[in-house]
Amino acid sequence: MPRFSIPEQELVYSGHVACPGCGGGLAIRYMLKALGPRTIVSIPACCWAITSGPFPRTALKVPTLDTAFETTGASISGLRAALDALGMKDITVVGYAGDGGTADIGIQALSGMIERNTDAIYFMYDNEAYMNTGIQRSSATPFGAWTTTTPADMDGTWKTEPKKSMMAIVVAHKIPYAATVSIGFPEDFVRKVERAKSIKGSRFIHAFCPCPPGWKYSPENTIKLAKLGVNTNVFPLYEVENGVYKITMKPSKPRPVKEYLGTQGRFKHLTDEMIAQIQERTDKTWNNLLALEGFSKEHPYCGL
Amino acid sequence: MAKVVMTGNYAQSYASKLARAQVVAAYPITPQTSIVEKIADFVSSGEMETQFIKVESEHSAMQVCISAAALGARSYTATSSQGLLLMHELLFWAAGQRAPIIMGIINRAVAPPWSIWTDHTDSMAQRDTGWIQYYCESNQEVLDTVLQAYKVAEDPEIRLPVMVMEDAFYLSHTIEAVDVPPQGAVDAYIPLKRSPWVLDIEKPTRMGSFMGPDIYMEYRYIVAKAMQESRKVIVEADEDYGRRFGRSYGGLLPTYRCDDADVVLLTIGTASCTAKEVVDELRKEGKKVGLARMRVFRPFPEEEIARLASSVRAIGVVDRSWGFGYAGTMFTEVAGALYKSKSKPLMKDYITGIGGRDITPQVLRGIYLDLLKVREGDEEMEWWGLRRPEKEVKHNA
Ligand SMILES: Cc1ncc(C[n+]2csc(CCOP(=O)(O)OP(=O)(O)O)c2C)c(N)n1
Ligand code: SF4
Ligand SMILES: [Mg+2]
Repeated sequence: MPRFSIPEQELVYSGHVACPGCGGGLAIRYMLKALGPRTIVSIPACCWAITSGPFPRTALKVPTLDTAFETTGASISGLRAALDALGMKDITVVGYAGDGGTADIGIQALSGMIERNTDAIYFMYDNEAYMNTGIQRSSATPFGAWTTTTPADMDGTWKTEPKKSMMAIVVAHKIPYAATVSIGFPEDFVRKVERAKSIKGSRFIHAFCPCPPGWKYSPENTIKLAKLGVNTNVFPLYEVENGVYKITMKPSKPRPVKEYLGTQGRFKHLTDEMIAQIQERTDKTWNNLLALEGFSKEHPYCGL
Repeated sequence: MAKVVMTGNYAQSYASKLARAQVVAAYPITPQTSIVEKIADFVSSGEMETQFIKVESEHSAMQVCISAAALGARSYTATSSQGLLLMHELLFWAAGQRAPIIMGIINRAVAPPWSIWTDHTDSMAQRDTGWIQYYCESNQEVLDTVLQAYKVAEDPEIRLPVMVMEDAFYLSHTIEAVDVPPQGAVDAYIPLKRSPWVLDIEKPTRMGSFMGPDIYMEYRYIVAKAMQESRKVIVEADEDYGRRFGRSYGGLLPTYRCDDADVVLLTIGTASCTAKEVVDELRKEGKKVGLARMRVFRPFPEEEIARLASSVRAIGVVDRSWGFGYAGTMFTEVAGALYKSKSKPLMKDYITGIGGRDITPQVLRGIYLDLLKVREGDEEMEWWGLRRPEKEVKHNA
């Protein structure tokens, strides 16, 4: 008998049309493993509106509602309202949206949903750009990255702004539970989604989802990158429950960011100087996170 | 039946309560606000059991209703002007998803310049979204029409969202004695039952996913057909309502003293009640004038219009909106509908009442007298009652 460290059930059919090595495909698969079959998913415009297949097919074994790009927060509010009105109690409502649909065009609906403490999970799968429309920058695209709208063909035309911190934004709403996950660490991933499932009110999951065509690397390296992102502290894994931060993975010896950046075509224009700058920014953010972890024990939601 | 003195807005609130709307989501905008405030009162006093979601925008209000409808909950929202325009993308989603949402619209002019007063530009701009559109002329009609709207929207053959319009302030903030039908009779007219075409946790399906060129067109055709079919259902729902509650409104295009009329004016919204008075007055003076009211603009009542046109010399249209075409929005559609009819009356479009400018009996009398004089070759469109004729308008420094 094989032993599974994450639930065996599959709620995503094989045969979807995501690119080989799609991190987002693993994210929805792990997410549904953790949430189980009594789940309703709302999906806005994004890769997963397409990759789960054209009508009448679907790759998902749970009821799914497709909606406009900017609506996920409101959509899951409506689904929850209907379930409450109809007296259906034991169903999890989840919105599965990209970084663009979350951090940019859908941030208002998300903010409204969390402020109302809607009883639903908002799941942001972050491939760090608008991939469905062909790799344009989003506010979640990291500093220094190439995209088709930050062409990096001359100095300073890459993404010059830092990545927006959605975790800080949702925690500022006093959300009951928020966590980051990476598809490179499925056990941690599933545990956090299960934790989210067990809590009432608004919950937010930010998933790190490498994307071969968007990040310009070869598909077999998806898991490697999903791990490296964490092991370089570029994408730290932590959770915030009732305002208290807890880092769930502390690399004993963090790898240099160069290892992570160097394997991706989207960073290939970076000079040593810029890489040093990114290292410095990464260290600073990590130290801030460590400080938050300590301070928030006594002072939950210390960011006010 | 209990008579309650109420505004047009409260008529919307009472109707949503009588309909037992299960999910209400709305965002405030003048002059819609009192609808939602009243619903809030109903909810807090326990008179109304609903999930009342106080969203952060009209856009989210519409999405909450769309998603609630996807699960088969009866939903209601209301808005006006800028709020309706903000919803535009989602209005297509609602109709495309066949979501039987009912939305109260308080017709208000659109900015710039800011205006809170009535005209119909806001809802006319939504004519292509796939929503059924009713325009009311009294508070009683508002209440009755919201109930009829649920009947039509939830008909298994139709399943389209419906807007119920009322003119800002003329109805929204003006009180009138309104018959509030008993709850039991409303329950019998529009029983609350969950549609089978909804998301079901026991039978997972997907709603709204993309379609290729091989079937998209057929899908849109089915939605288009539902709109066509709704003509019949709208008339039946109105007649059924009449039998049960003693009031009905004449279907899509109610007419007034048109039988032997030489000229007919076609109005929409509250200008219609004023026009009836003017018709009576002119009739006393021996002028053979009549009135038709565009009660339903979507689906478009082209058969009713063709029938009307067959017996009159001229049709005037009072357009309380401007859509930047060759004439007003209603006029272009009325003229288009008559293109293929054998008897073509003379036609003239009167653009007036924009931004809350009163359409008084004097204004309508002037229009009728002008229409009675219309000859072949005359100007077919006129902005009626402009304070300063075009040539005088100067851009002062
Ligand atoms: C209102 C609106 N604007 C733009 C689009 C086009 N659009 C569809 S998906 C998409 C990008 C989605 O990016 P993201 O949310 O990051 O998801 P991803 O495609 O990366 O999975 C865009 C811009 C749209 N569908 N709707
Ligand atoms: S573009 Fe990226 S996110 Fe989209 S399907 Fe392909 S790998 Fe997945
Ligand atoms: Mg993305």
